[in-house]
Amino acid sequence: MRSLAPIATVLAVIVALWYAAAVWMNAQWVYDQAARAGVEVTFGQMVVDTMAQERPVLPVPHQVFAELAKSTVGMAVTSKKSLVYHGWITISATLLGFAMGTGFGRLLAVGIIHNKAMDMSVMPWAIASQTVPILAIAPMIIVVLSSVGVQGLVPKAIISAFLSFFPVLVGMVKGLRSPDGMQLDQLATWNASRTQVFWKLRLPSSMPYLFASLKVGIAASLVGAIVGEMPTGAVAGLGARLLSGSYYGQTIQIWAALFAAAIVAASLVMIVGVIERATLKRMGMA
Amino acid sequence: MKDTMSQAVIEAKGVNLVFETGDGPVQALKDVNLVVGRGEFVSFIGPSGCGKTTFLRAIAALEHPTGGTLTVNGMSPDEARMSRAYGYVFQAAGLYPWRTIAKNVSLPLEIMGFSKAEQADRVDRVLELVELKGFGRKFPWQLSGGMQQRASIARALAFDADILLMDEPFGALDEIVRDRLNEEVLKLWARTGKTICFVTHSIPEAVYLSTKIVVMSPRPGRITDVIDSPLPRERPLDIRDSREFIEIAHRVREGLRAGHGDAV
Repeated sequence: MRSLAPIATVLAVIVALWYAAAVWMNAQWVYDQAARAGVEVTFGQMVVDTMAQERPVLPVPHQVFAELAKSTVGMAVTSKKSLVYHGWITISATLLGFAMGTGFGRLLAVGIIHNKAMDMSVMPWAIASQTVPILAIAPMIIVVLSSVGVQGLVPKAIISAFLSFFPVLVGMVKGLRSPDGMQLDQLATWNASRTQVFWKLRLPSSMPYLFASLKVGIAASLVGAIVGEMPTGAVAGLGARLLSGSYYGQTIQIWAALFAAAIVAASLVMIVGVIERATLKRMGMA
Repeated sequence: MKDTMSQAVIEAKGVNLVFETGDGPVQALKDVNLVVGRGEFVSFIGPSGCGKTTFLRAIAALEHPTGGTLTVNGMSPDEARMSRAYGYVFQAAGLYPWRTIAKNVSLPLEIMGFSKAEQADRVDRVLELVELKGFGRKFPWQLSGGMQQRASIARALAFDADILLMDEPFGALDEIVRDRLNEEVLKLWARTGKTICFVTHSIPEAVYLSTKIVVMSPRPGRITDVIDSPLPRERPLDIRDSREFIEIAHRVREGLRAGHGDAV
């Protein structure tokens, strides 16, 4: 209960600021409409109007949550307007991309640990890959893959993997190198092979690092999937929902999709967190 | 002649070891000559930087001498390591938190490819030897520091190496626990007949445990005195109040002081 009060306070302040900002930003449209109709609006009337517009500059929280409720529990999940439908499409691309990206990141990390040439050469390329704006190469990946007949889930997953491999690579290299000199000397006294050192010491030791990067990685995967949905001609997915909302000035729809994305991201990170806690506790490392 | 040859387990002749550092070469060991016979308990004592740990690591082939000859069981240290001639106990127990005590002790056995049944047998035997019978299913965090270090000794004993190298194994423990573990090490030594090389900072520990005390001094790391202990092999804790014990401790202290004196 003690920790609830500060959280509620911060939340209340954010909501209050949000309402204030919405009134301030949407007021112009109310005054313009009134001037066009040749009527006067009172301040109270203006405030009420700013919260009930169809396409406000900034929708107020209750509009966003009403839209969120309507498009999740308020309609069939098969509907093309359902955020559950779009959300699932994005989540499936995210999870596939996450699996591919984290797998690739782990493989590269293992290579870097065991191969001097890879140790010296891979990291600069990995860093360079992350400096490329994802918005610039996402359409190219979609176009190139579609020209060879790969469409749908996979191209989005690849963009998602492109973003998520990096944190896992960095964390995993650090984790696999975390055993100290004494632990490595210990294995040397038993004449352990590199493979044995890897499976018995390096890999288990890297788990705390791996999970920390998986949390970053899953959030990056979601961003990748959403970005990947944007250049596909706005067919389906949360990214498509964002894009079509902005095409038609449906600000409430955009905000609802944004919140849906945020909720999905938070849930995914939390799931990884739960698995992390259970695993590390079992391994005696938490 | 043949007998004395087979008695020498570790033989160092003019061993030199120079580390190349950023500040230039550092002579960690200079002209070290030492013979350790089978079944001896040898302590290495001296201030930090005297090369006692370096010498132990050289025996274990974790460091390589830059001059002189060093043999372990008549082989080069590297060959001895590959033939699993020694068990090494580090200052920290270094148990894996994700393994039970039994699994930790069987780690070297897994690496060396012992069968499952053989592993279980040996783990039981060495856990009993270090008085940790019944703790096999516990995890390291459930054990005290002293018990963890005992488990690490069990791990070093599990594969029946003839030589036990111990690098300040009780340095991080309090004195009461250390006393008890010292007694246990002596018992263990009596029961197994292993050759033990023991690095320590503590004069009473060195005198209490050893048949031979090697006093070393720093800059460059070298041996300043080798004392053959006249104490009997059977040693109750109160032997530390005997006149012989105090005399040897005095000689060790003198040796340490002399080594320190001519270094400054």
